[in-house]
Amino acid sequence: MSEELQTSYLDKIQLPKKMIEEIEKVRKEKKLNKSEKKKFEDEVKRQYLKAKFEPGEAVGIVTAQSVSEPATQMTMRTFHFAGTAGIRVAYGLPRLIEIFDAKKVTETPMMTIYLRKEFDNAKNVKKIAESIINKKVLNLIGKISLDLSENTIEIVIIDKKRVEMIVKSIKENFKNVLVKIKTNKIVVSPKVELGIKELQKLKEKVLQTHVYGIEGISNTLVRREGDEWILNTMGSNLEKVLLMNEVDEKRTITNDIHEVMKILGVEAARNIIMKEALKTLQEQGLDVDIRHIMLISDIMTLRGNIRSIGRYGVAGAKTSILTRAAFEETIKHLVKASVRKDVDNLEGIFENVMIGQVIPSGTGMFDLIAKFEEEEK
Amino acid sequence: MKHLDITKHEFVPKHIILSEKKKEEVLKEYKIKLKQLPRISISDPVIKILNAKIGDVIKIIRKSETAGESEYYRVVTRGEKV
Repeated sequence: MSEELQTSYLDKIQLPKKMIEEIEKVRKEKKLNKSEKKKFEDEVKRQYLKAKFEPGEAVGIVTAQSVSEPATQMTMRTFHFAGTAGIRVAYGLPRLIEIFDAKKVTETPMMTIYLRKEFDNAKNVKKIAESIINKKVLNLIGKISLDLSENTIEIVIIDKKRVEMIVKSIKENFKNVLVKIKTNKIVVSPKVELGIKELQKLKEKVLQTHVYGIEGISNTLVRREGDEWILNTMGSNLEKVLLMNEVDEKRTITNDIHEVMKILGVEAARNIIMKEALKTLQEQGLDVDIRHIMLISDIMTLRGNIRSIGRYGVAGAKTSILTRAAFEETIKHLVKASVRKDVDNLEGIFENVMIGQVIPSGTGMFDLIAKFEEEEK
Repeated sequence: MKHLDITKHEFVPKHIILSEKKKEEVLKEYKIKLKQLPRISISDPVIKILNAKIGDVIKIIRKSETAGESEYYRVVTRGEKV
């Protein structure tokens, strides 16, 4: 390439924002003039082109190896305790598998709650931490018993401050009962006569009645990070917590990928997959480049929902019958394909390896198409 | 209760609906058809706020650790079950 052609080609390359900022920083520091800056920028562009993956490079294989080799060094079946209060958090290999398999139920859902500036002090933090723990009637009473002769349920209360709250929530949840307060007891009497079995059932239902707090959150832990207070919770309920007045709704987040997907959308889910996977790897002292994690999370969210890496997700959705059959559940895929008269177009890598053709990757990805001018005369 | 605006959340990047003209430009630049773009479901919370239609192309400006800022495109689809 002549030098002239080369420079005009470089002009068309758009550098990432971060690089442009850094070039500007160097320019100020070294006090470069306009032509020097242009020269410098062109050199950066040349290096940038060299560092870029070439078309046809099998980035997926590189990612798979770069993530799974370090993962073999991870601790198996262990739990990690965040702080002394003991919020149990899944980490290590089980957590990594959970993320990439996109499990519907997160084993240890956990929220990180940030507070708004005006509520960010020790007194408030404790009050909020206490108030969001989900409390049922069960957690607030001393004893519950059935009075079969009177056909009533008697609840013995320890803390008198909570009586009204309990009574209110029982009244709201059950329409066919009368609730009375007697010194240190709450008496629940059904309006219709009930048998022993039904009364027992009603008792269980009363015990499970939600009184205050946020459903799903079973414990909280107050932490100080830098100069602000942070709440960690066991259990998660992003929507309700974000709607709380004291909470900073811009930063509060949960580690449950599907919950983030439902409330904040697919792009936020991609971010949380990246964040959680990288965190899990780094906790174990494994240094995996963020680009690999980016590729995985992009593939997982490609279709607008969260797909797992595996049989029912990314690998199961491949177009080639032979590739799917070679991966898992061979007979199922082959039978289905033959019944439906499916065609394998041999466009992927695995099926071409099986057949012994050149794989469409690297230089094999490109074909030469020549356009012959029609012979006239 | 306060009003919740999820688009302000730090994990939610900026979503912009592209005009028909820009949409064509994007498809031409990458030399692809509409259905080859990554998808976003019409029931996605952010799409509901934007009020986009099926077939619209959404430009997403992500914060990226490696590039500072990066652009990504998704086409709005009916959404599929897992």
